[in-house]
Amino acid sequence: MRRERVPIVVLVPAAIGAAFFILPLLGLIVRSPWRDAVTALTAPETVEALKLSLLASLSATAVGLVLGVPLAWMYARVEFPGRDLLRALTTLPMVLPPVVGGIALLLAFGRRGLFGSWLDSTFGITLPFTTAGVVMAETFVAMPFLILTVEAGLRSMDRRYEEAARTLGASRWRVFTRVTLPLIAPSLFAGAVLCWARALGEFGATITFAGNFPGITQTMPLAVYLLLATNPEASFILSLVLLLISLLVLIGLRHRWLGTA
Amino acid sequence: MAGHGVSLEATVRLSLGTLALDMELAIDEGEVVALLGPNGAGKTTLLRAVAGLVPFSAGHVRLDGKTLEDVATGEYVPTERRPIGVVFQDYLLFPHLSALDNVAFGLRSRGMGRRMASEKAVQWLDRVGLGRYASAKPAELSGGQRQRVALARALAPDPHLLLLDEPLAALDATTRAEVRRDLKQHLGSFPGLRLVVTHDPLEAAALADRLVVVENGRLVQTGTAAEVTERPRSQYVADLVGVNLLKGQADHGFMRMPGGPVVAAAGAESGEVFAVIHPRAIAVHRQRPEGSPRNVWSGRATGIDLIGDRVRVRIDGEVRVVAEVTTAALKELDLGQGGQVWLSFKATDVGVYPV
Repeated sequence: MRRERVPIVVLVPAAIGAAFFILPLLGLIVRSPWRDAVTALTAPETVEALKLSLLASLSATAVGLVLGVPLAWMYARVEFPGRDLLRALTTLPMVLPPVVGGIALLLAFGRRGLFGSWLDSTFGITLPFTTAGVVMAETFVAMPFLILTVEAGLRSMDRRYEEAARTLGASRWRVFTRVTLPLIAPSLFAGAVLCWARALGEFGATITFAGNFPGITQTMPLAVYLLLATNPEASFILSLVLLLISLLVLIGLRHRWLGTA
Repeated sequence: MAGHGVSLEATVRLSLGTLALDMELAIDEGEVVALLGPNGAGKTTLLRAVAGLVPFSAGHVRLDGKTLEDVATGEYVPTERRPIGVVFQDYLLFPHLSALDNVAFGLRSRGMGRRMASEKAVQWLDRVGLGRYASAKPAELSGGQRQRVALARALAPDPHLLLLDEPLAALDATTRAEVRRDLKQHLGSFPGLRLVVTHDPLEAAALADRLVVVENGRLVQTGTAAEVTERPRSQYVADLVGVNLLKGQADHGFMRMPGGPVVAAAGAESGEVFAVIHPRAIAVHRQRPEGSPRNVWSGRATGIDLIGDRVRVRIDGEVRVVAEVTTAALKELDLGQGGQVWLSFKATDVGVYPV
């Protein structure tokens, strides 16, 4: 087979585009103080930030699944007035600057916020500047990815399988758990991983709504940013760790989501 | 009607897109009925309405004397609680479950324990000759095997009524005859009511005791395959069977068709009648024939189709008919597309029956 020659007007900008992404990664890898890697990674603050990041991002994914899948189901299966508007509102955080999201959360759930004051006075619950606040901020920013992915999965699945299950005597719950969910498993998985990855990298909404308290609200991205001023070498190493995690997720998702057959 | 109570009685009226369905359907105890009709006639919609998968605007569905749905009284038994099994057109086996789990699905849904459901599912797979494929996923099975798993899955929960939607349409021609034979056997051993939806007259005749012909959402004709073949009551059925169907006013040995032509037809006495003429009973000539045939017309050959060693010639003239001749006869006639011909048939070759 004869290889088609790539026109130069395509090749040059394409190469520059690729370099634009590769050079920063290269910089990170080359300039990272590898000798101090072990010290930086085992420092108590790092371990704490890493633990908190994993806990909060996994919690955000769990909340996303519990609340997002029913929401996606509503969007895909139920005709109700204002559905498109509601979908737009619940996916707004995808395009909203995260800092704005954090401010909005503060105004709603802060101690003097719209609902926060009521939560505080009635139940004595305060959300901002707590680990729960971190989970909230991450969920707020990350769940839309899950909702949209699962909705697309529900819309594209063949609903006649659900009908077949009903003719076999399956209740609606059984149809949902035994037929619908397994059939949309790829979308569910992709949605959950995207949601988790977005939550893991969350910075703006978290620092605005939850602040930056080591061990309580200081996640990895926050730690990286703050270490940059005090201990740049350590922040390089942590950046590498985050880079590695992102890369693994991307590779894992390649077949399912990015459509590389 | 059999008075034993095991019967289906459905009256369904609904509109769905361009389809306006208005049908009554009854199936008696032990009967296999085929719903035969062209695509878009409403066969599948009727089947889905009986299963409770499509709401309708008027009518009712009663099975074993129990009302499953009645628009007038608002009664509605949801699909999952109807004693009805369905074999869907593409079988719709759950792709994530093994053959065994597919068959056990209905048993588990109806509350049977895991162990017992598996045992019964194995028995069912054995019955359809697929015991060795219990752990196979649907994607690993052939079309015919999938169809048998779908049948076992539908029958396992012991339904009173079995609905089959184009059960052979998804198969290729080479396996279809064999699968049809198996299917007939399995249908024969199922004691309940059976309704097969199909657009294939061969399939309908092979599988069912009685045909119900549907066109444009309405029942056109019902009867055994022999009855329907002998006395088609619509152009669609006549085309399926491969005969010429004319309609007109009977008048003592003749039939007057709208627009003028008169057909000599033995047995046409009075009233509106159908006349059926087999293509083989029609002779084709290049010159006006002499002699006894009472019906002689001229026309133009508008279509010549080779079917095996016979040739079907469509002739457009005062009446439009199809004649069937041998290839040798066609050669002798030296007839091409558009050629001028004369056709003739005897009055005694015309079958007449009231509309």
